[in-house]
Amino acid sequence: MLVKMSKRKFLIICFSFLFSCISFANNEESNGEKPQFNINETIFGHIGDNHYWHMFDITQEDGTEHPVGFALPVILVNTNPFNIDVFMASEFEHGHKAVTKGDHTYKMVAQEMGGQKILYCDENGEVTEDGPLDFSITKNVFTLFLVAIIMLVMFIGLAGVYKRRQGQAPSGFQAWLEPVILFIKEDVIEPNLGRHADKYTPYLLTVFFFIWISNMMGLIPFFPGSANLTGNIAVTFVLAVFTLIITNVSGNKEYWKDIFCMPGLPWPLIPIMAVVEVIGIFTKPFALMIRLFANITAGHIIVLSLTSLIFIFGTLAIAPVSVFFVMFMDVLELFVAALQAYIFTMLSALFIGLAMPEGHE
Amino acid sequence: MDLVTPGIGLVFWTTVTFLLVVFLLIKFAWKPVLGMINERNKSIEDALKLAETTKAEMAKLQADNERIIAEARKERDNLLKEAREMKDQMIAQAKSEASAEANKIMAAAKLSIENEKNQAMQDLKNQVATLSFEIAEKVIGKELENKKVSDEIIAESIKNLKFN
Repeated sequence: MLVKMSKRKFLIICFSFLFSCISFANNEESNGEKPQFNINETIFGHIGDNHYWHMFDITQEDGTEHPVGFALPVILVNTNPFNIDVFMASEFEHGHKAVTKGDHTYKMVAQEMGGQKILYCDENGEVTEDGPLDFSITKNVFTLFLVAIIMLVMFIGLAGVYKRRQGQAPSGFQAWLEPVILFIKEDVIEPNLGRHADKYTPYLLTVFFFIWISNMMGLIPFFPGSANLTGNIAVTFVLAVFTLIITNVSGNKEYWKDIFCMPGLPWPLIPIMAVVEVIGIFTKPFALMIRLFANITAGHIIVLSLTSLIFIFGTLAIAPVSVFFVMFMDVLELFVAALQAYIFTMLSALFIGLAMPEGHE
Repeated sequence: MDLVTPGIGLVFWTTVTFLLVVFLLIKFAWKPVLGMINERNKSIEDALKLAETTKAEMAKLQADNERIIAEARKERDNLLKEAREMKDQMIAQAKSEASAEANKIMAAAKLSIENEKNQAMQDLKNQVATLSFEIAEKVIGKELENKKVSDEIIAESIKNLKFN
């Protein structure tokens, strides 16, 4: 029931988004002057990270376009000497102005493939190649916090429901989530981890729901969604590193023996295989990182490209085609969102399980 | 290239946030939720097991009941049979005892009749002897001189006297 409702809402949201795009296209045409539409900038601007949360543009009476949105906090860490500067991104005035804090002058430089980089300026006000470490609360970090809050509210609330309805059949929200939790627990984690499952189930459940919710947040085309969180390599990198660490920390004697001294292998092959196996330790989580990143980013690129068709052709006639294909892709992406979360969780469980072989016959 | 280079800021915030979420969820969500799911599964399993054992017990009880009834029926039959046998035996014993008693009484009666008869015979003999002696005296008219000798003669004659 809940799924059906959210899906319907989702479709309505998609349509309203697309129609709003169409109305903008119409406005541009009626203005008579067609600005050059840069598809690269649009798409990579959307899938990349940003210091602003851009919501939409308004065209003023004099014909100039103004972006509507809000600036996010910038946190810059200087290493030499160590200090932290915190200010709002609005001080950069979209890269038009340099900001001086203490000894450093920063300027925000727009990148060719979307997003911005904050670099130092020298005494003459020229931008250098060097920049501070950027720990800003960007659009992705903001969404990350949002996902964290959603998860905490959702699952701590769920725990409350379980406490309240102790020993009773699940109902409502609980009845919707429990099959998902049990599916991940009994069909994904337990077959791969066997008797060790209980130790890793809470972590893997968190990973699954984190990826799933983040993926779905990325599919919402406007605030508070739209950030390409799991399509950002940094996020998938961190998740893959956690899998790498857990796999190797829980690896038992057999696991390490299989890597460095595979039993039953002719001795001249042992050093070669050891090298291959050590590389294998890193390629497995690396594949996890790339898979999630590429799938989500590709989905976003396709949806954005199809929507951009309207602006490339500059005609409303193409809109029904775009809308149809975007709708199709959005539904597919909704499936991919769950699928990728499932695959990431299953492979993590598999890798951890493989690190604890039960001994050879 | 920016697209595939992890930015340090997002790496840092993801690590911090994700670890925090994992920690908080394990402590406040997964532990109670999984614990209660397990508990519920266990209680359902226990209930099913209990139902199974109850069913088995019921079947056992029913079998026991049937066995007890069968045993009781057998016992009753045995008791009846025994009672019947005892009755027959008692009757037979009573019969045999009664006939033995009757025989004994008959024998005693015969014996006493015999004795009485002998006694009567003896008395009769004596009576007859005395009578015949008196008759003879009267007939002869005189008493024998020697009383002693005559008594001997009488005794001798009685002895020789035999009926039939």
